[in-house]
Amino acid sequence: MSVNADHVRRAALDSRAPIHDEVVAAGESWVGNILRGQVLRIVDLEGNQAVDTLFYNAHESDEHYSAVDTIRGQGNIYLTTGTKLRSNLGATLLTIIEDTCGRHDTLGGACSAESNTVRYALEARHMHSCRDSFLLALARRGHDLGKRDLPSNINFFMNVPVTSDGKLSFADGLSAPGRYVELRADMDVLVLISNCPQLNNPCNAYNPTPIQILTWAAG
Amino acid sequence: MNSIPGDKAALWEETLHPGEHWSGVLRRGASLRLTALEARANVAAMLYNYECLSERYNMADTLKAQHTAYLTAGCVCYSDMGRILCSITADSCGWHDTICGLSDATVIANKYGATRFQEARNDFRKNGRDSMLNELGKYGLGKRDLNANINFFSRVTVHDSGALHFEAEHCAAGDFVELRFEMHTLLVLSTCPHPLDPAIEYQPRSVRLNAWVSGPAPLQDACRQRCDENARGFRNTEMMFLA
Repeated sequence: MSVNADHVRRAALDSRAPIHDEVVAAGESWVGNILRGQVLRIVDLEGNQAVDTLFYNAHESDEHYSAVDTIRGQGNIYLTTGTKLRSNLGATLLTIIEDTCGRHDTLGGACSAESNTVRYALEARHMHSCRDSFLLALARRGHDLGKRDLPSNINFFMNVPVTSDGKLSFADGLSAPGRYVELRADMDVLVLISNCPQLNNPCNAYNPTPIQILTWAAG
Repeated sequence: MNSIPGDKAALWEETLHPGEHWSGVLRRGASLRLTALEARANVAAMLYNYECLSERYNMADTLKAQHTAYLTAGCVCYSDMGRILCSITADSCGWHDTICGLSDATVIANKYGATRFQEARNDFRKNGRDSMLNELGKYGLGKRDLNANINFFSRVTVHDSGALHFEAEHCAAGDFVELRFEMHTLLVLSTCPHPLDPAIEYQPRSVRLNAWVSGPAPLQDACRQRCDENARGFRNTEMMFLA
């Protein structure tokens, strides 16, 4: 899409009332449905905030986001404009249509009480974590989704560089206040978000902050 | 090639045909050697805690605990519960991929052309995802349980741009990797080609499996001592087997 055409498309989107417009505080979860053709925008309101995200086929929840199918499908580990988010069955769940951050991670996974004990200290078990947020959000929904349905996720706005000799690290974020990512649903999807509460590494600049979630009807 | 201990400790051995899928349980204290009988082998692997199948190999936890984007000797394979399924105790080829996933029917058909049992009999072209589903179904698992796997013997490097590069000459005939199981583990394998293998012909390779009794990780152990993270991972794992 040309710069001009993209500007026109974005202006058209911003001129329309969103279906949904909500600020999600740091450490909270968000669950919602996005229908095929609808647009989801996630805004990093204060900058350098990791947004741990999973998608499911809204009608067949054993079809879920797959990090490795997404990476393999595009031959690249970073997610940005044009990336097709693929499922464990190889289908496209959503496409990233706009990205003012530059790249997003899908190798770093979600923090958990258990992985905190490994990565930081046994005493870190008590700290709030994304997988606790995921599990509680799924339990509250009361459907039969549970821990088996938590595959490797996307970390929007998070920077996990990999070097050519295979080193992996969590680096300072590339994001900044107001940067956002927009996705168009290619099928009806269930969205599961944990606005990451991690305090032990630079993924949130050691200060978790709120995000904004907006959705628009198919244009 | 380093040696498997004497006959007394040997448990079993088996050869996987090219394209074969396989599953089995390896108890805590067992070790398994996978040997590529031909160059350019690939073995896709998924691991589950056999006592609680919802606990399974977690690519992200494995990579970030050990600050690596690939697996080799000295690395351990973490579950999603902060515990260690298995340790990689020996490795002749130095790099095993875990970020590129499985081949599927579309990948195989687009690259090599689809084949059917009706014409090809048992030489029909199997793919990684269907192979895993075949085995997972034997334990009450299915599509929802598909998650990032390991591709033993395959090397895929990452350019600064994030682009992937498949190293076709990585695995030689006779290359091997040894896994020491730290918990009772359901291991699911497929010898289908790596999804990014650029080979023009569909040519999965045969792989030898040798299992023996090694005992779990001793106190002085390269995997345990690789980093403080792994010391804590072993502590979490060993808690399950006390008393």
